[in-house]
Amino acid sequence: MEIVLQRAGLWFAVLLLAVVAAAMAVDSGFAIHMTIIATAAFVALWVSVSSADYGAIARGILRMPSDPGRYDDDPIRWGVIATVFWGVAGFAAGLLIAAQLTWPWLNLEPYLNFSRLRPLHTSAVIFAFGGNALVATSFYVVQRTCRARLALPGLARFVFWGYQLFIVLAATGYLLGITQSKEYAEPEWYVDWWLTIVWVAYLLVFVGTILKRSEPHIYVANWFYLAFILTVAMLHVVNNLDMPVSLLGSKSYPLFAGVQGALVQWWYGHNAVGFFLTAGFLAMMYYFVPKQAERPIYSYRLSIIHFWSLIFLYIWAGPHHLHYTALPDWAQTLGMVFSVMLWMPSWGGMINGLMTLNGAWDKVRTDPIIRMMVMALAFYGMSTFEGPMLSIKSVNSLSHYTDWTIGHVHSGALGWNGMITFGAIYYLVPRLWARERLYSLRLVNWHFWLATIGIVFYAASMWVAGVTQGLMWREYGPDGYLVNSFADTVAALHPMFALRALGGLMYLAGAGIMVWNVWATILGHLREEPPMRDASYDAAADRPIVASAPLGTN
Amino acid sequence: MADKRIDEATQTETVGHEWDGIEELNTPLPRWWLWTFYATIVFAIGYCVAYPAWPLVKQGTEGVLGWSSRGQLADEMSAADQARTSVREALARIPIERLPEDGNLMRQAVAGGAAAFKVNCVQCHGSGAAGSKGYPNLNDDDWLWGGDLRAIETTLIHGIRQPGDAQTRMSLMPAFGAVLEPAQIQDVTSFVLSLSGREAQSAAAQRGAQVFAQNCAVCHGTDGKGLREFGAPNLADAIWLYGNSREAVASQVTNPKMGVMPAWDRRLDPPTIKMLAAYVHSLGGGEDFVEVAADPAVKVDEQP
Repeated sequence: MEIVLQRAGLWFAVLLLAVVAAAMAVDSGFAIHMTIIATAAFVALWVSVSSADYGAIARGILRMPSDPGRYDDDPIRWGVIATVFWGVAGFAAGLLIAAQLTWPWLNLEPYLNFSRLRPLHTSAVIFAFGGNALVATSFYVVQRTCRARLALPGLARFVFWGYQLFIVLAATGYLLGITQSKEYAEPEWYVDWWLTIVWVAYLLVFVGTILKRSEPHIYVANWFYLAFILTVAMLHVVNNLDMPVSLLGSKSYPLFAGVQGALVQWWYGHNAVGFFLTAGFLAMMYYFVPKQAERPIYSYRLSIIHFWSLIFLYIWAGPHHLHYTALPDWAQTLGMVFSVMLWMPSWGGMINGLMTLNGAWDKVRTDPIIRMMVMALAFYGMSTFEGPMLSIKSVNSLSHYTDWTIGHVHSGALGWNGMITFGAIYYLVPRLWARERLYSLRLVNWHFWLATIGIVFYAASMWVAGVTQGLMWREYGPDGYLVNSFADTVAALHPMFALRALGGLMYLAGAGIMVWNVWATILGHLREEPPMRDASYDAAADRPIVASAPLGTN
Repeated sequence: MADKRIDEATQTETVGHEWDGIEELNTPLPRWWLWTFYATIVFAIGYCVAYPAWPLVKQGTEGVLGWSSRGQLADEMSAADQARTSVREALARIPIERLPEDGNLMRQAVAGGAAAFKVNCVQCHGSGAAGSKGYPNLNDDDWLWGGDLRAIETTLIHGIRQPGDAQTRMSLMPAFGAVLEPAQIQDVTSFVLSLSGREAQSAAAQRGAQVFAQNCAVCHGTDGKGLREFGAPNLADAIWLYGNSREAVASQVTNPKMGVMPAWDRRLDPPTIKMLAAYVHSLGGGEDFVEVAADPAVKVDEQP
């Protein structure tokens, strides 16, 4: 009862503060955001004081099995649904902005123009789709590999809902024009503070679960998850050190200015790639690939060496985003050489993932989920070779500011992050909802081919576009004058932009098939089709080791 | 470590740990991986010795090659400047009327003008210099203020309706909405459109002819073919700066829009302006001095 009162009091205080802030806001965007926060606080207050069992209601709507004595899987089920939902939203936003670049009349002023939708797309796919996938899988993996239920279950639920509130505030902020104009760190100060609170709660839940583990050692996936959570906390806080103009307004100014600000921004930006999109997703790979392939990890030693070399080297590589700028030459050099040295540590993860299939390569032919994971690792290897190459100054002088960079990012994001996440979702859904198998493994195959061909269209068109652009920008005539105007170079890219949008459409169509497949699985349907291979599942073994408490009371 | 076993498929020993059914093999690091990693480290050290790399108290190490990005830029800029010095000096010396006589210099001026145009002019006139509504097409032979080299150069130097430039191209069409009755504006619109055959002759056009003669002919000429002294457009041809619909013409009579072009002598040096004049002249509609002088209807722009 005391806890209920405390919780209710806390949410009531948040509600009051948000209402006052909305009433006294100095700009309309801030007022809208405070209204959203007040609504969220009101819902939280209602849920805390009401005696209704919302967990049971949600389980009923989402057809979730209740599992006393098993792992704490409710937040993971919500997380899987959120991942699929935000994924489709983010891919659709990406397709729309790709079309806007091709056909500018699709820019709908002011809320749906390219400049507001672009951060909506990047945040939706990186932080909403990728972030939810990371939170959900980390909660799943840490419980299984520690043989322990989540520590702090209430806080784990707060992490899920708090993170969704962060996403909603960020996304609506972009459309309303609220941004601090730092790439991948656009949300303003109060959203940053909120995310910091949520992230610290996430760290507590994760570390708490590791501390109460029943296994003697910490599995490699958990090293990567922990590196991801800790480093992202540090990056987020330092890059968002800023001073609000007013505590009742959305605008703030950063602490670092000029080239220092740029350096901090790209230290953050590059390590968002390094720790969010690489370390975090490698953690997923280290659990789901051996589970789906039913094979041991290829090399324990390689996982140690490549883990430590990866996290040591990545953190220095950011300055390669600032080649040939006001950044001092020495810092550019260091950014470049650390990126070059990153090549093999990055490939260590690919080798460990691919070679785990030794003795089970036939499954690439028979198991569509393994096929998806193998393609993810192939794209991971490709883009972690391309990255060090693009960081070399002479290559960068051609590629920088061109669409080559966009192509590079997407071969990593669509190929690596997307495919490994799809693989994990297809692994998780039947197990989390206690279904015999997925609704259809053949549909996974369709998803695989649509996504793969879509990525090929995307990456190939952007390579051609980037190199074309770079060469046209630096083309001199016989008299030593530039040949092309900027508008000429844009016009030349038009067909490539259209092909890019086609690639995005195919990728989105694949995700649409995933929604169908996941939804039908949750509903408990099974498609009648010729069987394909899938990893086996022993439900009886999938439970924590509980020392003293009997089943059902935990 | 009691659970170590030999994995059957790979004949490799496991480490002996197990998590949720996942084991790990004790495979040594792949040699090619390790040696490539070492090679990238050696490359990194060598690169740091050769190039500016390590931050010290006051400034970073400079590297044994002595390279710097500022130094490279300065070298490339001065090399490019030197390559163009002779052309620029020759252009600074030569009066623009004499430029066509020197074919080689003219060709280089056109090339330089094309580059300068892409940086300074495309924003209004378009990358193909075809203009758009309110911004003249520079490819045709319809010139508001004159199309010989000297006239184009003068327009570039002083701009059009540029505040603060005493010699700028200046003219002001009155807003006839305050002078004429709405019916008269409709009539004169009919007349203007009939000049180029866009509308058939009509009673309205005949009434408009009278309005035109009293109000418009002083600048646009009795035949409506325009007058370059005032930058008054030719109304009898098929080229329309602000549109050829009835509404567009009537609106232009009632409350005319008039374009502004910057005086470029504030931003560009004389050789670059000469290059731009040569380039615009070369686009297809450039007029000869002789051709202009031979046509008594057109005055050569003799402003210095």
